Amino acid sequence: MGILEVKNVGKRFGGLQALSDVNLSVKENSVHAIIGPNGAGKSTLLNCLVGKLIPDTGSVMFDGQSVLGRAPYEINQMGISRVFQTPEIFGDLTVMENMLIPCFAKRDGAFELNAIRSISEQKDVLEKAEQMLVEMNMADKRHMHAAAMSRGDKRRLEIGMCLSQEPRLLLLDEPTAGMARADTNNTIDLLKQISEERDITIAIIEHDMHVVFSLANRITVLAQGTPLVEDDPENIRGNPKVREAYLGESA
Amino acid sequence: MFNLEKSDLTLLIAVAVLTLFAPFILNPFPADSAMAQFNAGYPDLMQRFVIFGIFAIGFNILFGLTGYLSFGHAAFLGVGSYAAVWMFKLLSMNVIPAIILSVIVAGLFSLLIGFISLRRSGIYFSILTLAFAQMMFALAYSVLTPITGGETGLQLALDDPRIFGQSQTPEGNIPVPGLFGLEMRDSFDLAIGSWVFTFNIGYYFCALVLIASFYLAIRIFRSPFGMMLRAVKSNQQRMNYTGLNTRPYTLAAFVISGMYAGLAGGLMASMDPLAGAERMQWTASGEVVLMTILGGAGTLIGPVLGAGFIKYFENIFSKINATILHEWFAFLPDGLEDFIVAILYPFIGKGWHLTLGILFMMVVIFLPGGLVEGGQRIAAWIKGRKAGKTTAGGKTEPAE
Ligand SMILES: Nc1ncnc2c1ncn2[C@@H]1O[C@H](COP(=O)(O)OP(=O)(O)OP(=O)(O)O)[C@@H](O)[C@H]1O
Ligand SMILES: [Mg+2]
Repeated sequence: MGILEVKNVGKRFGGLQALSDVNLSVKENSVHAIIGPNGAGKSTLLNCLVGKLIPDTGSVMFDGQSVLGRAPYEINQMGISRVFQTPEIFGDLTVMENMLIPCFAKRDGAFELNAIRSISEQKDVLEKAEQMLVEMNMADKRHMHAAAMSRGDKRRLEIGMCLSQEPRLLLLDEPTAGMARADTNNTIDLLKQISEERDITIAIIEHDMHVVFSLANRITVLAQGTPLVEDDPENIRGNPKVREAYLGESA
Repeated sequence: MFNLEKSDLTLLIAVAVLTLFAPFILNPFPADSAMAQFNAGYPDLMQRFVIFGIFAIGFNILFGLTGYLSFGHAAFLGVGSYAAVWMFKLLSMNVIPAIILSVIVAGLFSLLIGFISLRRSGIYFSILTLAFAQMMFALAYSVLTPITGGETGLQLALDDPRIFGQSQTPEGNIPVPGLFGLEMRDSFDLAIGSWVFTFNIGYYFCALVLIASFYLAIRIFRSPFGMMLRAVKSNQQRMNYTGLNTRPYTLAAFVISGMYAGLAGGLMASMDPLAGAERMQWTASGEVVLMTILGGAGTLIGPVLGAGFIKYFENIFSKINATILHEWFAFLPDGLEDFIVAILYPFIGKGWHLTLGILFMMVVIFLPGGLVEGGQRIAAWIKGRKAGKTTAGGKTEPAE
């Protein structure tokens, strides 16, 4: 049994069968990559895992519990954090505040009327956020407005925010899309470090094969809404079916 | 002190000094001078300054922090007033229980209305709050006349029970609101030369409540809860995927701001024990929106400044009439005098709304951060000049 078990999931948008019969098992502490051509349904699948979409059929179990029908915040509190395709951060808030919010969410849960004691009096959370900023190499930017940062920094901040929640499963949707080579390599190093040092399972959607083969120890190829193959990276590389899915019939 | 950061403490002290010395500050002109009409240091108006200041401070906790724009907050002020007057009728003329009930009743109403309205955001939320407020206004104005006094409003009567007080004074009058023997309407005048300063018990009671309200607002702004409210405004999607339920956060902000409005309504009734439906009308709800934006939404001091500014205009500008204008420009040749008066006339007296409207537009266009941003720009400019070199475009800091 993997930490995440997806069984027979199907999702239809009007006339389009975006997902059909998707089965996926993500092993604990692995890095599982989901690849596939544009429009294959990768993001749709991710949305079904975090409560943004509810699949028409099938089941999604996280750590033995169904996530279906739960609100996104509940699923997050179960231990699933998500990094978005375009960084979703609190642009109007400072970098430090961005880091504080998930730390408070971790300590206080989905809602807490923590309205009288100031943030500076709550040292435990403050220290944790500070430490995370240092780990993310962003301590010098703590007073900056998050919106003013470069795209690479925003992505790094978002990953740091997710990590500060100590999730058990981290979902990443094309974390290096639109990044410069150097930023991409930094992100690879960061994710590698995370998966080695922490008890975190990672599921990553990615187009960049360099990223995929540097990180993944298991790969699922999705095409037209169904998994084509699931295998170890070495076997995926030479698989003719995968080449065909990527390059079309003419290959 | 009070567990505040230095800058916040400075702000609190500034507000305390301004309100406690308001009878001096607002009466800068000798009583017999031509400028005396610009004096605002009389109890009635000073009470309104601080009461609307409290209203706006509370409104800003919802609008300034979460960005949810309510167009119905006057309804909570209205129910607060009714609740207070009922306490005066049934219980006693002590303002404390009256104000406590105002806050509780307003809190309950805002819980219900907030719960329903917050199912939508943006313009739909605004429309829902507006609809609720107008319904409450209509109910108060006609259907619920036995409770609200309908068109005439709710007033005290000689045969009210007042079980812990007296129905009538020994002289056969309706008693007045008070605080353990201190009557709210009592004042004493201090004449220094040709200046007259009035110190009113009711005003000082309101001023102390304002200082306490302002202190509470600072605490909320600096708390994790306040930060969550700003996060709601910034990115609700990220909040949801960070394990935070936005609904109770916005609802709590809504109820807190509703309770502030109820507090303001209770104080209003304590200064003058009657309550009317017009307090709940949509124009009154719009006014607090203007105060907050004009002063600087999302800043601590902005709403207080905005409230003072608008109330000053409403009460002072509106009193200037054509005769006064003619007096001012009497030194000019007759034709020119008439010409200038004719130009200025639409902007004064009943036309003060026009002046206020133009000012409001200018602020929104040129100073989106309100009067607070204006102050910051001036401060930055002065600093720049002091430093010898002018550094261009002083960056505005959020939420001071
Ligand atoms: N909310 C929606 N409503 C209707 N159709 C949708 C919706 N979301 C996705 N689709 C469609 O479903 C299909 C799968 O989309 P999805 O975004 O999951 O693909 P993807 O594999 O993530 O592609 P990419 O690599 O381009 O990100 C596409 O044809 C898309 O147009
Ligand atoms: Mg996608």
